[in-house]
Amino acid sequence: MQGLFDQYETEGFFDEMFEVDGKVRPHYERLLGRFSDMDTATFERKRSMAESAYLNQGITFTVYRGDEGTERIMPFDLVPRIIPADEWRHLERGLEQRLRALNLFLHDIYHDQRIVKEGVIPLEIIRTAKHYRPELVGLDVPHGIYIHVCGTDLIRGADGQYLVLEDNGRCPSGVSYVLENRQAMKRVFPKLFSRYGVRPVDRYPQELLAALRYVAPGGNPDPTVVVLTPGIYNSAYFEHSFLARAMGIEIVTSQDLIVEDSRVFMKTTKGLKQVDVIYRRIDDDFLDPTVFRKDSVLGVPGIVNAYREGNVNLANALGTGVADDKVTYYYVPAMIRFYLGEEPILPNVETYLSAVESDRKYILENLEQLVVKAANESGGYGMMIGPHATKAEIEKFRAAIIADPRGYIAQPVVSLSRSPCRVDGGFEGRHIDLRPYILMGEKTTIIPGGLTRVAMRKGSLVVNSSQGGGTKDTWVLDEGEEQSC
Amino acid sequence: MLSRVADSCFWLSRYIERAESSSRILDVNMQLVLDFEALNYSDSNLQWIPILATLEDQELFHQLHEKTTGDAVMEFITFEKSNPGSILASVTHARENARTVREQISSEMWERLNRLYLYLQSPDARASHRESPIGFYRALVENLHSFQGITDATMTHGEGWQFLQVGKFLERADSASRVLDFKYHVLLPQDEKVGGNIDVTQWLAVLRSCSAMEAYFKLSHGRVTSWEVAEFLILHDSFPRSIRFCVDALDSALHRISGTDRGHFENEAERLSGLLRSNLDFANISSIFKTGLHQYLEESRNRLGGISNALAETYCR
Repeated sequence: MQGLFDQYETEGFFDEMFEVDGKVRPHYERLLGRFSDMDTATFERKRSMAESAYLNQGITFTVYRGDEGTERIMPFDLVPRIIPADEWRHLERGLEQRLRALNLFLHDIYHDQRIVKEGVIPLEIIRTAKHYRPELVGLDVPHGIYIHVCGTDLIRGADGQYLVLEDNGRCPSGVSYVLENRQAMKRVFPKLFSRYGVRPVDRYPQELLAALRYVAPGGNPDPTVVVLTPGIYNSAYFEHSFLARAMGIEIVTSQDLIVEDSRVFMKTTKGLKQVDVIYRRIDDDFLDPTVFRKDSVLGVPGIVNAYREGNVNLANALGTGVADDKVTYYYVPAMIRFYLGEEPILPNVETYLSAVESDRKYILENLEQLVVKAANESGGYGMMIGPHATKAEIEKFRAAIIADPRGYIAQPVVSLSRSPCRVDGGFEGRHIDLRPYILMGEKTTIIPGGLTRVAMRKGSLVVNSSQGGGTKDTWVLDEGEEQSC
Repeated sequence: MLSRVADSCFWLSRYIERAESSSRILDVNMQLVLDFEALNYSDSNLQWIPILATLEDQELFHQLHEKTTGDAVMEFITFEKSNPGSILASVTHARENARTVREQISSEMWERLNRLYLYLQSPDARASHRESPIGFYRALVENLHSFQGITDATMTHGEGWQFLQVGKFLERADSASRVLDFKYHVLLPQDEKVGGNIDVTQWLAVLRSCSAMEAYFKLSHGRVTSWEVAEFLILHDSFPRSIRFCVDALDSALHRISGTDRGHFENEAERLSGLLRSNLDFANISSIFKTGLHQYLEESRNRLGGISNALAETYCR
C-alpha cells in the first residue's frame, strides 16, 4: 500500500517519482515508505511547521497592495525531488562544460572576436545584443573569468532527458532557498534523512567566497570582499543578506561606497576602507550613473572607471548579459564545439530564431504550437505559451516579432517533467524545473542539486516565483547509495 | 564597521528600549487606574492624561480621538500605526533597522524580533490585549527582555554590540527621566495631601514602571517620599535603570568604540557624555530639587539629545 499516494496519477507525463505504470522509481522507494507511515494530519502539521519556520525567519517577499505591504513566504512543497548519483554526474559534466565555453565566448567577443571572424556567430547578433558593452572591448579581467556565478535552468522532457532551457549569467538568484529548504526539511522530517545518503549543500557560501577571493585585483591574497545590494526593498534582499552573513562579509548599498582616485572605498566608523571584490546583485544598467543609466539612484559614480583601471573586480563581470541573451543561447552548442572541440553533453531545447528568415516563417505559421520568448526578459515575463494563449495574445506577439525579429525566439512546448506536490489535502503532479548553481574560481564547483522550482498552478509550465511558483528541496544521492536502494 | 550599520544598530536598540518602556508605563498605569476605581476616585479617564503628556504626543492623539479614555490612550500608544512612538511602530522600526544589519546581528536576535513583529501585527495580539491589557504588556516586556538576553548571549561584543549599548542606555536614561516627570504632570485630587495615600500610590507606580520597587525598598525601609524616589532613580550608582547608571554605561560604550580612555574624550559625543556623567557622579538630590525636578529632568533630556546628535555627526555621516 502506498498510503498518502494511493490516489496519485501521473496522467501520462514524465513523473520524477513514479513510472508510467504507477510503480515507484527505485531512488524514491524509501521516501515513499517513510511517507506512507504518516497520516494526513501529521503531514499537514509538518507543513504548517515548515511554513511558520520560514515566516519567523523572515524568509519572505513583500507583496504590495495599496500602501500596505504584506509579507508572503514562497510556497514550499515537502516532497523532495531526488536525483540519483549517476544522473547528477552527467549533469555536472554538462554544466561545467557549458560554463567553460560561455566564459571563453565572453573573453573572445570582448577581445579578438574569433567566433565571429570564423563565421560561427554573425556579428550582427553580438552587436545588437541588449547587454553587449562595446566599451569593455580589450579589457582584461582577472583569470579571464566573466561569469563567476551561473544559474543554468534545466528541464526534462517527455522522455526524461535533461535539456538546458537557459543560462543566467548576470545575477542568478534563489540559492538561499536551496540552503533554507534543506534546513526546513531537516527540521520537519529529521528521520527522513537518516541513511538516505543525501549530499549536503551547506558549503555553498564558503565556495562562493573562495571564488570571489580568487579573482581579487593583482592577486591580492587578503582582499576585502563585499556584497552589493540594491537595498532592503529589493525582493531578493533576504538572499543578499543571507549570503553576506554566511560568508562573514559586509553587505553594502551604493550609499556606503565612494570612488576616490579610481579606487572604491566603503564608509566606516573608522574612515574609508578600500574594497577589492564586489559581489554585486545589481544589474549593469544601475551600477554607475556616470556610465550607464543616468537616472539610477542605486549606482556608485565612478565605479566602472575603477573597474577598468583594474582597482576593483566585479562578480559577475560587466557585460555578461550578452551570454544569457536568448538568441546567444541558440549558439551555445556551437560555442562548445568551437572553443572546446567537444560535443555538448547537455542539449539545448530546439530553438527557432525569428531573426533568421526561414525560421521566422515557420514561427509565424505555427505560433499556436510554440513558446515565444523575448530575447532579453527573464522571470517569466515577455513570454507566450502558444497552446495556452488567447487569440489576442498570439496576434500581439505576431506583430512584435515582425517589428523586431532580433528580439524574439521560439521553441516547441516541452511538457516539463512533473513531481508529486501537496495540493488541497492530496497529492497531484506539478511541472518542475531545476536551477543548479555553478561557481567558477580556481576550480569549477557545483553544489549538489540546486533549486527545484514548481509551477504550483495546475497545468502551468511557468515556475518563476514572480508568477506564483514554489520550490522543493533537491536531493542528490551519494555514490554507492543506489545499490542499496 | 560601516557607518550606516552603526547608525542602524544604534536605532534598532533605541526602538526596542522605547517599546519596552511604553509597555511598562501602560502596564503600571492600568494598575493605578484599577486601584483608583476600586477607591472610587473621580473619573478614571483623567488618569490617562499624564501618560500622553510624558510621551509628548498629545496633538496627534487629539486629532484621532475626541475623548481621552483609557481604551483610546492604550490603542494610540500600543497599536496606532500613524503614531511614530507607538509600540507597534517602535517594533516595526526596530525590525526595519535589524533587516538592514542582518549580517551583523545573530539569526537568533533577528528571529526573536521578527516573531514579535509578526505577533503584534496579528489578530492574536488584539485579542490578548482585549482580554487582559496587563497580561499583554507583561508578555511584551518579557519578549523584549528575551531579545536583550539573546543579544548578549549570541552576538559578538564588538563594535556593533557597543552601538547597541549606546542606543539602549541613551533611550533608557531618557525614559527614566520621563517616568519621573510623570509625577510632575499628575495632579493630586482635591483635598489630597502630599505624602498622603494617593501621592504614595503614584510614587509607587513610578517605581514600578522602572522595575525599581523591590530595589528601592531595600534602601528606604518602607518610606516613600518624592525626594528618595527621585534620588534613587536619578543618582543610584548600580541600579540598571537609574539615569546615572545608564549614562555611565553609555559613556563606557562610547569609549570602547573609539578606544579612548575613560575621563578623556576624542569626539564631541564623548565630551558631552563625560560632562553629563561627571555631573551625575557629583550631584546630590537637594541641589536637584533646588533647580526644580522638572527643569532638571528636562535639561537632562536635552543633554541626552545632544549626545545622540553628536554621535550621528561623529560616526554616521
